[in-house]
Amino acid sequence: MPDQLIFAMEVTLNGLLNGVMYALVALGFVLIFKASGIFNYAQGVMALFAAMTLVGIQQGRVPFGHLINEIFGTDIHYFGWEVPALAAILLTALVMIGFAILAQRFVFRHLVGQEPIILFMATIGLAYFLEGVSDLMWGSEIRNLDVGLPQGINDSIDAVTFNLFGYGFFIDNLDITAAIVATVLVAGLIAFAQYTKQGRAMRAVADDHQAALSVGIKLNYVWVLVWSLAGIVALVAGIMWGSKSGVQFSLSLIALKALPVLMLGGFTSIPGAIIGGLIIGVGEALFEFAIGPMIGGATENWFAYVLALVFLVFRPQGLFGEKIIERV
Amino acid sequence: MKKLLTTVAAGAMLASPAFADLMFPDLSYRTGPFAAGGIPFSDGYQDYFTLLNQRDGGIGGVPVRVVECETAYNTERGVECYEATKGDGALVYQPLSTGITYQLIPRATADGIPLHTMGYGRTSAVNGEVFSHVFNYPANYWDAASVMINVLLDENGGSLSGKKITLLYHNSAYGREPIRTLETLAAQHGFTLNLLAVDSPGQEQGNQWLQIRRDRPDYVLFWGWGVMNQVAIQEAINIRYPLENFIGNWWAGADHDVASAGQAAAGYRALNMNRLGDMPVFAEIQQHVIDAGLAAGDGTNLGSVLYTRGMYAAMLAAEAARKAQEIHGVADITPAMMRDGMEALEMTNARMDALGMPGIGPEFAVSCGDHGGTGQAIMTQWNGTEWVTLTDFIAPDDSVTGPLVLEDSAAYAAEAGITPRNCNGS
Repeated sequence: MPDQLIFAMEVTLNGLLNGVMYALVALGFVLIFKASGIFNYAQGVMALFAAMTLVGIQQGRVPFGHLINEIFGTDIHYFGWEVPALAAILLTALVMIGFAILAQRFVFRHLVGQEPIILFMATIGLAYFLEGVSDLMWGSEIRNLDVGLPQGINDSIDAVTFNLFGYGFFIDNLDITAAIVATVLVAGLIAFAQYTKQGRAMRAVADDHQAALSVGIKLNYVWVLVWSLAGIVALVAGIMWGSKSGVQFSLSLIALKALPVLMLGGFTSIPGAIIGGLIIGVGEALFEFAIGPMIGGATENWFAYVLALVFLVFRPQGLFGEKIIERV
Repeated sequence: MKKLLTTVAAGAMLASPAFADLMFPDLSYRTGPFAAGGIPFSDGYQDYFTLLNQRDGGIGGVPVRVVECETAYNTERGVECYEATKGDGALVYQPLSTGITYQLIPRATADGIPLHTMGYGRTSAVNGEVFSHVFNYPANYWDAASVMINVLLDENGGSLSGKKITLLYHNSAYGREPIRTLETLAAQHGFTLNLLAVDSPGQEQGNQWLQIRRDRPDYVLFWGWGVMNQVAIQEAINIRYPLENFIGNWWAGADHDVASAGQAAAGYRALNMNRLGDMPVFAEIQQHVIDAGLAAGDGTNLGSVLYTRGMYAAMLAAEAARKAQEIHGVADITPAMMRDGMEALEMTNARMDALGMPGIGPEFAVSCGDHGGTGQAIMTQWNGTEWVTLTDFIAPDDSVTGPLVLEDSAAYAAEAGITPRNCNGS
């Protein structure tokens, strides 16, 4: 088999796994958009906040320590204990639920019935607010995130592909873990939406707010539920991305990778987010591999958007989005 | 009567001369994707001036006032900071960003305020005949590229012929700076240079590292900043690239760059433009600044790589101000006098010893025509727990960088309509 073909296979596999990482971020957007029609600009910052909170809890850091020390002249930074990873993840999930309740109570409850652009603007405000709170609460330094996820080359795949092709493929154990976690997460979300009372309420609200209200579904409750789920998805994305690069501000920028995925997969489809992520992941990886060297490289960021735009031209609602038919 | 007294008091306050101070703006970034590098640098920069105020009463008896302005490493905000502070008597700007530097060069030159871009910015600013108000001592990016190749030449018996070297760089003005020098050096020494760009901020480098794994270059030279550094080091570990052959420049060799990888990053090397390790000045900062509750940060960055560099930058600014006071015979200097002081700055080992920073940088003397210093740098290595110094200061190949500086500065002069000064008579 020609070397270039073998390399392309390796690039494709890595692209697929990268796509799963993009899909993890896109999922949070889809959940909120589907249930409330809000394009949540704050989803990336929620991932940053969740990851910072997780590390803070794990390491026993005092939240707002710098602020407390500045005001009271104290010198406290740590509680003096460390929290096991699983317990810290659960506590962080509770914090994200708390955030969902506060966001709903103080922001979105007052904006029910407003134009989508107003709701979008509110999420921009929320993003910058959360960014500032995150800095104030945990500081701007890079934090090391270690919840025990395996990282580095998968030796089994390396050995098998070496025996097959004479060249061992590089697949990161962290990416494999992310793919498994994403599969479980999506299966869980679909099962929740299909088979639980709350899930059915969520779907009813997504289909028609007014109709859902008329049959006694509490809109505020459903929105809190959806924002909580999006917060937990943000936590999962924050763990996966933060394990790669440490937890730092750049984590909030991963939201930019979700936009082409949403454009391609549709804003209202969970499977769409996954398929969109995979197409973007593979597409940008193969383009960088085949064309990148001829045009100076670093094509991933812009090519993802070009790919999404091409799909948009032919299918404006995305691959799995709902086609809007408005009758006059 | 009360009204009269109030009026007289107010009049007296207005008539009395304002208290003199020396204003040093600090264009810092404590927020945004590059905060992890901006915070320790700014802490070191501010703490040194605070030390001078607390211990010596300022510089030449005039207190120093540091005005911090947050740029978030954003070029537009950097320019806004410059415009907002320049009228306040700013003596010298150190923007800690190549992008901001490029925007400030024409503005600062027109305003008569000097810029000090230590180890970043426009490399050809070395040529003082063209860049009258820009200084980039003690070293620049082209020096860094040349020093790296000199180290590799030394390790390979003086020949790099047939070797494959990859430059992994931040896809920005900063990251592209060393390319010309490395291309010239590749032609001269017979190695193959492969260029790999990474888009900002650098969170994703998987494809680039797959290519490195396929190409198996002998060395990877690295021009990264911010999150790009941590990700690159982790990716190098993931593909099991020999870390001692992965060499960063001085913006890719700080404590936080290797903190997340920790022990696994042992062997990774990086250049540095200043010496690391304990110095007497740290004890003085601890006593007069941190223990006194006057530190810019929480004091935990004291002695770290970028804190030390920020402190070194402040020391060079303070020494230039001292020189300006000496030249002009006044304590309360203006930006124009500061520029003269920078152009006459001479750093000797004796002076660095006296300042409690023995050998923190190379000895160098700035002149009208040479604003770049000697360009020397040291090689450091992460041993898993700390950065250790591997070499003494190593000189770049001036025969390569010199002509490139002249060529690029001449192009800038033509583009900006600048008639170069004649420094031969000065």
